[in-house]
This record gives sequence, C-alpha cells and structure tokens, in this order.
Amino acid sequence: MTKVTFISADGIKTVVDAKDGDSLMQTAVNNSVDGIVGECGGSMMCATCHVYVDAAFADRLPPLSDSEDEMLDSTVAERRQTSRLSCQIEIGPDVEGIIVHTPEEQQ
Amino acid sequence: MTMIEGHTAIEPPKGVPVWDVDPYDPAILSDPGEYYAELRSKGPFAYIPKYSILACGRHEETKEVFSDWQRFVSSRGVGLQDFKLEKPWRPQSIVVEADPPYHSQNRKVLARAMSPKAISALKEGFQIAADRLIDELVARGTFEAVEDLAEAYPVSIFPDAVGLQEGNKRCLIDYGAMVFNGLGPDNKLRQNAMAMGPDIVPWINEQCQRSKIDPGGFGETIFAAADAGEINEEEAGMLVRSLLSAGVDTTVTGIGSTVWCLATNPDQFERLKDDPDLLRPAFEEVLRYTSPVHSFCRTADVDTEVAGISIKKGTKILCVLGAANSDETQWPDAGKFDVARRPMGHLAMGTGIHGCVGQNLARAEVGAVLNAIINKVDKIELAGDAVWRPNNAIHALDKLPVKFTGK
Repeated sequence: MTKVTFISADGIKTVVDAKDGDSLMQTAVNNSVDGIVGECGGSMMCATCHVYVDAAFADRLPPLSDSEDEMLDSTVAERRQTSRLSCQIEIGPDVEGIIVHTPEEQQ
Repeated sequence: MTMIEGHTAIEPPKGVPVWDVDPYDPAILSDPGEYYAELRSKGPFAYIPKYSILACGRHEETKEVFSDWQRFVSSRGVGLQDFKLEKPWRPQSIVVEADPPYHSQNRKVLARAMSPKAISALKEGFQIAADRLIDELVARGTFEAVEDLAEAYPVSIFPDAVGLQEGNKRCLIDYGAMVFNGLGPDNKLRQNAMAMGPDIVPWINEQCQRSKIDPGGFGETIFAAADAGEINEEEAGMLVRSLLSAGVDTTVTGIGSTVWCLATNPDQFERLKDDPDLLRPAFEEVLRYTSPVHSFCRTADVDTEVAGISIKKGTKILCVLGAANSDETQWPDAGKFDVARRPMGHLAMGTGIHGCVGQNLARAEVGAVLNAIINKVDKIELAGDAVWRPNNAIHALDKLPVKFTGK
C-alpha cells in the first residue's frame, strides 16, 4: 500500500491507501475521488485523468512519453509544467506520499 | 507442424478443459450470453478443439492477455490466422495488427487526428446533424433503427470528418463488417464477406490516396504527418484505411445497441432523462453490456504462463471481450443494464496501447445522438423483434424496429 493525496481545485483533500501496481487514475476512480474521470480506462486517449503533480514529486515519475505529451495538449483545463495523465503513473514505493492536484474541469 | 485456420495447432495445456464448442456458430454469435457464461465457468482458459485455440472470458485473464503486448502480440494477426505463417487477405494494418515500436509511431498520428481537441471542434456540427435526424424520426414515429438511425447518422457525418470527397454508404458500412468477418475461421460469414471484396475494396483503396482527401479533416492531419516525415506516404494511406475499416461499422453498432438498450430498459431511459449527467456513463454501460466487438485474438510470442497455465509460443488466444464484460466477479449484477454503473475498466474498446484510437469520435457521435434523444423523445418502444446479425468479431443488430414518441 502506498499513501496518495488528491487535492481538488477548491482545496478538498482526499488521502487514500493505494494498491501497488494500480495506476493513479484507477486509484482515484476506485476511491470515487471527484475530479478524475478516466473515461478511456487508461489507453491515453481521452485526457480526462489530467492532474498537476506536486513539484516535489516530479523527479520520482517516469518520463513523459510522446503519446502522453501529445495527449496533454488536449486537456480541458490549462496544461502546466506539472501536468501529467494519472493513468500513466503507477503506484509503488517510488511515489510514496505523492500529492496531486486535480483540475477544475476534465471534460 | 499441423495447421488449423492458418495457425499452428496446439495440444491442450495441462489443467485447461477441452470444450467442444464453435464460438463462430451463428446461433452463438446472435445470442452469446450463455456461451459467455459457460466459457467463464470453465476457468481462466478453455481449449477449443475445432480451431485448436485457447479462449478466455474471465475479466482478469482476458485483460492480462489482451493488454500485454510484449507477450501476446498483435502483429501475428488479431484473428485466427497467424501472419507469421500465412499471408493475410489484405496488407496487414499498421496499427491494429502491429507491435511497438512500429505501432507507436503510427498510432500516435491517428491519436492526434482524433484527439479530444480535434473531436471537440466537431461537436457542434455533430449535434446539429443528430438533432435534425431525431426530429425527422420523431415525426415518423415508427422506423427501422438500424438503417434509419444507426447507419444513417455516422454516414451523414463521417465522410466530412475524415475529409472524404465522396461518401458511399454501403462501401463505408460493409467494409468494416467485411474486415471484422475476416478475423474468423473460413466459415460462411467469412466466405460471404470475402466475396463482397471486389465491390468494396477498390473504392476503399481509392479513398485512401492523398488526392482524394479534402483539407479540414482527420485525413489532412494524417498526410501532414507524412509531410513532416513521421510516417511515409504509403503509411499515411494505410492509416486512412484504418479509419475506413474501424470507423463506421463500429459506431453503427454502438448507436444501434444504445437504442436497443434504452428500448428494452424503459426504467433506465427514464433515469437518463431525469439525470442527463448520466449520458456519458450510460454509453459506457451500453459498451459493457453489449460488447460491440465481442472477441479479438492475440498470439503468444513467447512460452509463458497466465493464471498458472503454461502457454506455448505460437498459441492463438481468443479474448472474448463480451464474456469479460459480463463477468460477475468484476461487475456485480452484470446481467442488468444500469446507466449509473460507470463501468470503468470494461474491455469493449480494449485497453492499453491497442485501446481503440477512435474512441473519442465514437463517444462524440453516440453522445450527440443520445443528447438529441433525451431532449426530444419521451418514450422508446420496440415495434417488432430485434434481430442480431452474426459477425465473426462484431455483435451488431441487423433489424431494430422501434417507435419514438416525442416530448
């Protein structure tokens, strides 16, 4: 289990014990975290699992793939330096304690 | 080495039951519910002697096999034929029937052409077309929903979305059905599909050329990728062919199945009308509940193991997505159509790197139709028997007489 914190656009904090091996998007959906849709189920097609990753965790994440980079251009909320698709972040010891902010809108 | 249906015959692996069934029997293809349940009851896999394949239908293993592209490849064909051993009937797809890294470069171009942003620009036009069509159908009252709605709608918007200069309704719809029937064994369905080739394939191939593509659509984005050197000219044409293969018959099926679900579950239609926020989740439930693509194959490219079962290199595995999507262990009360279920993780559009690249387009089309229906239709009733059309890979309606009562 890995501790994960989601913070919504209006500041509501949800702390979850996430299952290792799941994606951050799955974790959010399984725990009914508002602000993450994940409509395509993790195929990097819908850009509805967009999150802003707390800067302190940026270097603990796998690098951005070309496909993710391209899909991030399609997010409804503005893309920032810290933008990632949460379906591409795998839960595990590397990301223990990760904090992500969910955008105001996904669709 | 013995060959069956274009692939190597295998011995049943230890611990896998032998099940003497024909998954491509038209009776099963038309009404697959019992077959799905029995397949799941057999365990993680069943060995099907008629085709010498393994079939899987429990959610967990189906997802594992279907999405693990390193062990279970697509480049050897997603039907029964093994392209390593036999030449496919048409040049193999450079996305659906390809593996990384080649797959990645090609899929990226299609993903860009049909990105959420690109689709978002089409939404207004899609809605106008859907509103107009639903108005007409409400005025008519009783109609045949496969031809008059499920086929009519995509054919009215798809050619422009791609940038095709001409729309040939029958070629666009029938090519998809032909390609999907081509994934099955050498049965009547496949033979009949292949016999349609001379009437359809030349037209399709012609539309894949740059000179036949107008600016402003997905086709332009694809050829721009060729100009930028990401892919070559021939590959650009092949990606347009992918759009024409998988872009019409699938959405036709999705729309038909949506109307069928609502007509046969009036309480769920009432819920949807009361809470239009359920519109997008409702379509996900239609996908889970009806699984328009009922099965696709993968080929083991290494000796491996799944759920403790040894699988030999070269084994064809039929991933029965319809069975996985009705697995009770994954979806409690799976046999119920529930518009509020939010079935994230269903396999109807695949998952992972081979997840449907046109899914944003599909959701936008069905979304526009559903939105028009919610706004304009008070009651949907069957006006005769729904008839399903057997296809080796698609579970689609053939006839759906319905009556719309307007608001």
